[in-house]
Amino acid sequence: MKLVGEKGVRRILMTVAFSAISALLLITLFIINEGLPFIFRYGLKDFLLSSDWNPAAGKFGIFPMITASLWVTFGAMITGAPLGVAVAIFLSEYAPRPMMKVVKPTIELLAAIPSVVYGFIGVMVLAPFIRSYFGGPGLSLLAGSIILGIMILPTVISISIDSIMAVPRSYREGSLALGATTWQTIHMITIKASKSGIIASIILGLGRAVGETMAVIMVAGNSVNIPHSALDSVRTLTANIALEMSYATGMHRQALFATGVVLFVGIIILNSIASVALRKRTSKR
Amino acid sequence: MSTKFNIHNFNFYFNGSPVLKDLNLDVTSNEILGVIGPAGSGKTTFLRSLNRMNELEAGIRTEGEILMDGQNIYDPEVDVAGLRKRVGMVFAMPVPLPMSIYENVVYGPRLSGISSKSRLDELVEKSLKEAFIWDEVRDRLKLSGLRLSGGQQQRLCLARVLAMKPEVILLDEPCSGLDPISTAKIEDALTVLKKEYTIILVTNNTKQAARVADKTAFFLMGEMIEVGLTRQIFTAPAKKETHDYITGRFG
Ligand SMILES: Nc1ncnc2c1ncn2[C@@H]1O[C@H](COP(=O)(O)OP(=O)(O)OP(=O)(O)O)[C@@H](O)[C@H]1O
Ligand SMILES: [Mg+2]
Repeated sequence: MKLVGEKGVRRILMTVAFSAISALLLITLFIINEGLPFIFRYGLKDFLLSSDWNPAAGKFGIFPMITASLWVTFGAMITGAPLGVAVAIFLSEYAPRPMMKVVKPTIELLAAIPSVVYGFIGVMVLAPFIRSYFGGPGLSLLAGSIILGIMILPTVISISIDSIMAVPRSYREGSLALGATTWQTIHMITIKASKSGIIASIILGLGRAVGETMAVIMVAGNSVNIPHSALDSVRTLTANIALEMSYATGMHRQALFATGVVLFVGIIILNSIASVALRKRTSKR
Repeated sequence: MSTKFNIHNFNFYFNGSPVLKDLNLDVTSNEILGVIGPAGSGKTTFLRSLNRMNELEAGIRTEGEILMDGQNIYDPEVDVAGLRKRVGMVFAMPVPLPMSIYENVVYGPRLSGISSKSRLDELVEKSLKEAFIWDEVRDRLKLSGLRLSGGQQQRLCLARVLAMKPEVILLDEPCSGLDPISTAKIEDALTVLKKEYTIILVTNNTKQAARVADKTAFFLMGEMIEVGLTRQIFTAPAKKETHDYITGRFG
């Protein structure tokens, strides 16, 4: 007995696919529709470049949050990217195969840990540590950078390993047979050949860091200011939206949507760069 | 005539199963040793034992010794990268490194610490000429090595080995998949090169061994059945298996 024919299946799948796509499209349109008019009314320059965020007084300058987001993301890159790439190189080039087969999925599993848990560890362990050894409030730009650096590790490691493993074996063998050591082969051949994939992994990680909210709210301290040192408390764009959305109304609410538009544009740019880099990797082979 | 390699009771195992069995063989300097034998007889494994490339594989084990100029290359003290600089290898399906023709050739010399531009330029021209490919690439040295034709890639890989001035050159079926003209070019190169190098040539083409090899060894199922002067192996082999193989009467 045939319940649905080939055509039926096709139609059902198409409906599902289109509803998913249209949901995404609707959300995008909604954010833009709520946020864009505000930007025009308030003025793009004032909105992006003024440091005065005081919703009660009708002041909506998000420059401190933009700076905070950039710094936290940069900090995450400084802490997470070198470590992640080093782990990827170790696992793919030095560790025995069976070890990698166990460790890589385990690391990928780390991406599934809810961000509250990372935030919790940050609050309980990292912030007190920073407070007592470096001073300041502990909940800070530094704490946010380190926690985000750890959170992007699974992305960086997993995609870097994939692109390192995609380097043809013949390149490695050719180099070794010419008398290169393992390390010379890694940095002169393997890393060069997988460079675009490694860069993509870092950018995708950064996209994740920019968009991360919960953990950052918990560890970064959330005061609206342009940081002067890594120990200052900061509030990122995402934290700003999440903290104030529940009670915001009118202009304030629109300003938060506009903040969302800024984030949205930033992340789209990052992801486009990453996919161009990844496409370069695949087309080279 | 001096001896380059003395191989004594050498055994090689992949995951416990023997691939080379009790190999005893001397390789003379400045000669071409041809290695023939059916598929799976251990020819490639033999070559890769001489520059320890087999070690990249998991689950391998060796017994016995291979002396190069009197020193056991399997001694734990031996610097493997240094050994591979002395024993160059052209793979069965050689792939240039993903860089320009020029960079491919200077890769080895650079590893040995040569950095003077004029010295490298000189090496590039000399090696490419020795590999009979200079005329085809002289005005596009910046082109990626991967863009060359299969036959040209093969000769480029020979050139990059020559550029590191090894003592021994191992060639694994360097002419498989090449047209007769490219094959002839490689064979010409080899006969000139043996004046300076010791060459071991694995080939599936018995006629090629007959044409260029001074001595020929016949491998069968991991054992070296027979080795001797090429003329003698092809006209009056001592063993029946050798005779069957070279006359094409082999399963
Ligand atoms: N990496 C490996 N792991 C396990 N066994 C291997 C490996 N490489 C080769 N062998 C085995 O070793 C034996 C000899 O292989 P080898 O490649 O030396 O043969 P060959 O004479 O070069 O053959 P061909 O003429 O087809 O190139 C074969 O039985 C093969 O299955
Ligand atoms: Mg072979």
